[in-house]
Amino acid sequence: MHISEGVLAAPVLLAGAALGLAGTAAGLKKLDYDRIPQVALLAAASFVASFIHVPIGPASVHLVLNGILGVMLGWVAFPAILISLFLQAIMFQFGGLTVLGVTTCNLALPAVLGYYAFGPGIRSSKPRVSAICSFSCGFVAVLLSSLAVAGCLVLTGDSFWAGAKMIVMAHIPVMFIEGFITLGCVRFLKKVKPEMLEVVYGRR
Amino acid sequence: MKLEEFATGSSFIHHLDPRGKVVAAACFSGLVSLTQSLYAALAALALPVMLVALARLDFKRLMTRLAVVNGFILFTWFFIPFTFPGEVIYSIGPLDIHREGVLYACLLTVKSNAIILALIALLGTSPVLDVVHALSHLGVPDKLVHLFFFCFRYLHTIREEYHKLSEALKVRSFRPGTNLHTYRTYAYLVGMLLVRSFHRSQRILEALKCRGFSGRFYILHHYQMKRRDYLFTSCGLVLPCLLVVFLA
Repeated sequence: MHISEGVLAAPVLLAGAALGLAGTAAGLKKLDYDRIPQVALLAAASFVASFIHVPIGPASVHLVLNGILGVMLGWVAFPAILISLFLQAIMFQFGGLTVLGVTTCNLALPAVLGYYAFGPGIRSSKPRVSAICSFSCGFVAVLLSSLAVAGCLVLTGDSFWAGAKMIVMAHIPVMFIEGFITLGCVRFLKKVKPEMLEVVYGRR
Repeated sequence: MKLEEFATGSSFIHHLDPRGKVVAAACFSGLVSLTQSLYAALAALALPVMLVALARLDFKRLMTRLAVVNGFILFTWFFIPFTFPGEVIYSIGPLDIHREGVLYACLLTVKSNAIILALIALLGTSPVLDVVHALSHLGVPDKLVHLFFFCFRYLHTIREEYHKLSEALKVRSFRPGTNLHTYRTYAYLVGMLLVRSFHRSQRILEALKCRGFSGRFYILHHYQMKRRDYLFTSCGLVLPCLLVVFLA
């Protein structure tokens, strides 16, 4: 989901930075000081988990996990995703400072949308509703993120159309895997630690 | 996964004030990502190359790093030369390679690598916590700085938890493959990581409260901008501006 530095056009970068700033400000406002360690450690856990390579056929993909983060964090997903992207930028140079805003939006906006669209369904006590919603949450989050990445590229120049299409196509298997992982993760959390799904990380 | 691979060293770059380095890196990345001229981009590439040489970073590890992060750039080479409109210089079957397309792909490659090298040379050469500390001096909100701090501080701990869990899987002869069992196992693994992070964060919060934490970290060690820091930061601000403006 990372777009390299130096590829995107200035208007896209600026719009991404502005949106990312607004989302992060909203997220920080909803975040109490008492919740900071929880959110930071959740971000660290998702950072570590995103290095897990899940095999699919002969290839493997790494997890994105923005769907489940969104359901747990709501708007706080913005700062949480921003910090893990920033750490990746300074430690591994995946992404960088100028694309930070764009990438944050690409990952965090679908997460927040998932929170509103699927959050209530996931928390529902009916197992089937919860299962369908959690699968869709993971699936849709990656779908929207890859569409957002493609959109940023196409807005930069028409010559990126082919690449943008390839990116969305390449993410189709990731969407299914992410759906299954989110489904399993929610089932696990419901059994082991149901209060983690009750938006304890930020104010509603 | 090696964290802070380039942060240890004794060169003059390693000893610069991280605040100056953050400002210079942000200015350089911003300006270079805006430029549309290949000459300006090439000239800009010279600056981080110089910095990397000054920082005396391990060449082999540097190249490995560059190769890894150039994946996306390599991907653009598969379509930009064909889809960017311009004069046809070569045809492979039905595909035409356009001169302007090749130049544009070159521009993206040079820009991207210049910024990546600058990030390695400037931000990679300070320990992450120093960079985070510098951010707090540069007006980044408290809450965000605290998030950075805790996230990085416990990244190692959570990685250890992950290693424990994956060892446990190996001991039980888990072999990942393309099947539902694998996906379910990984989902539970991720779930367990989240639960452990939650438990640990509660313990951290309790420990902080016991010690009277009121949402504020008191910084004992303050940075001092020396003459070389002022000199470096002003060069870092002025040189890229000059390059981009005059060569654009």
